[in-house]
Amino acid sequence: MPDEPYSRSELMVVAAAREIADGDLVFVGMRLPMFAFLVARRTHAPRAIALYESGILRQTPAAELLYTMGDPGNLRGATQCGQMLDVMGLLQQGRVDVGFLGAAEVDRFGNLNTTWGRRNGQLQRLPGSGGACDIACLARRTVVLLVHDRSRLCERVEYVTSPGYGTGNGWRRAQGLPEGSGPSAVITTLGVLRFGNGGEAYLASVHPGVGVEEVLANTGWTLCVADDLDETIPPSGPELSVMREIDPHHFWTR
Amino acid sequence: MSAESKLMTMQEAIERHVPSGSMVLLGAELEQMIPFAAGHELIRQGRRDLTLVGPISDILFDQLIGAGCVSRVMAAWVGNASAGLAYCFRRAVESGIPRPIDVVDYSNFTMALALHAAALGVPFLPTYTTLGSDLLQKNGNLREFSSPVSEERLVAVRSLRPDVAILQAQRADQFGNAHKWGSLGVAVDGARAARKVIVVTEEVVDPSLIASDPNRTLLPGFLVAAVVNEPWGAHPSPVQGYYGRDHAFFAEYHEQTRELRDFEDWLARWILQVPDRKEYMNHLGAGRIENLRVRQHAFTAPADFGY
Repeated sequence: MPDEPYSRSELMVVAAAREIADGDLVFVGMRLPMFAFLVARRTHAPRAIALYESGILRQTPAAELLYTMGDPGNLRGATQCGQMLDVMGLLQQGRVDVGFLGAAEVDRFGNLNTTWGRRNGQLQRLPGSGGACDIACLARRTVVLLVHDRSRLCERVEYVTSPGYGTGNGWRRAQGLPEGSGPSAVITTLGVLRFGNGGEAYLASVHPGVGVEEVLANTGWTLCVADDLDETIPPSGPELSVMREIDPHHFWTR
Repeated sequence: MSAESKLMTMQEAIERHVPSGSMVLLGAELEQMIPFAAGHELIRQGRRDLTLVGPISDILFDQLIGAGCVSRVMAAWVGNASAGLAYCFRRAVESGIPRPIDVVDYSNFTMALALHAAALGVPFLPTYTTLGSDLLQKNGNLREFSSPVSEERLVAVRSLRPDVAILQAQRADQFGNAHKWGSLGVAVDGARAARKVIVVTEEVVDPSLIASDPNRTLLPGFLVAAVVNEPWGAHPSPVQGYYGRDHAFFAEYHEQTRELRDFEDWLARWILQVPDRKEYMNHLGAGRIENLRVRQHAFTAPADFGY
């Protein structure tokens, strides 16, 4: 997007921010999701509340950009510093509206892998779940952010760290996972995928300047395309200015 | 409460309370208050066959694994919170270097429940999390069962009782009663779950100071076997109100441990050739320490316990 006044990462952050509704209880992840939460708070969702798995609950965003959720700046001014079980309990009760996750791999049914990667045919050990499996199992909506390429968007993940819709068609219910939970969007560097009633992902929007063929060629399964395919709405003026105020040197959105 | 002081040096605490083969809880507070000084002493004393337990482990697990102290890891996440992957963990799992390790994968919630079950003294606790995941398939401490009181499938998370929990505190008295604040994670349950607790504290204070604010006493002294007065004991992780996170240190560790030989150099430079925390801080240098000190204090409003 050489002519656009924003970067691809900035577009992803804004797309992620729009998945947060005003008043939502949000399980915020690291890096881009943390940034997306700040943008949402400062634009359309001023009453959204952030939860972090170490036990932190914030009703106002931290004053500075954070490297980890445990940075002292994320604790000063927090509404509550509790225990991990406090926030995990809210999650299991079904009170958490949306959680954000990254992944090494996501598949056709939104299952995520952050445990075992594969590079040049060799298995590679990745850090593991952290809280990702818990969020994927229990949050009402899960939003995934990742780079779009064939090795990452694959037919079937190597290892199900964090379940999406499994093999589709009522799989979550059959496993005993809570009603009304599961992945709602996969935001990639090329577009946004959503999920049909059977739990299979489809292409819901492409980013400005991206062709459908490019998306299909970079997806590891035959991806369905929405009849009413949209173009991802670019960042608005206010969204861009909030992002650049928070991150003037584009540390998070190179 | 015993009237006997539990104060001792880090060398003594590790020597007396953490033999080879122990199951050790470290990093209970997630990215904050990771007991690096204690981990480094475990390495210097050449512990072997440790089982490391923790929710997310930052680079302390990686260092212990790289130094050959570990035979098993029970955790939700092992990496470098700044950089993602941790190389020693990968070398051990993928190639058995310096020795093979067994990894038991948890999620954060199941790790918290395993410690909570032990803290409550019950054999397991039920949950919905991990249903449908490969964690449930591979981790024998997570077992599916039918609810006896409803028509549901649940996961039983087996209780986990570490031999020792090493927990960092801002201040403690000589008997181990400790005030902690900021990031708590699974520390409170971890202290009750473990057979023994070692408290590493930034400051030793009078018991009357601890008793002045009992809501902040998260570790009661009768659970504690040793109190180690070790300022900066958590560096490069932060301690709220004492020092910030040394982000650069995590990035440098990532760059300097990519290859086995580089890690061995790092290990010699920062741990093996450094006798104690004081010398480690000298090695770190005054300028760097100065940059990590609290710049802007934010004291809480006093709470009135009067009546």
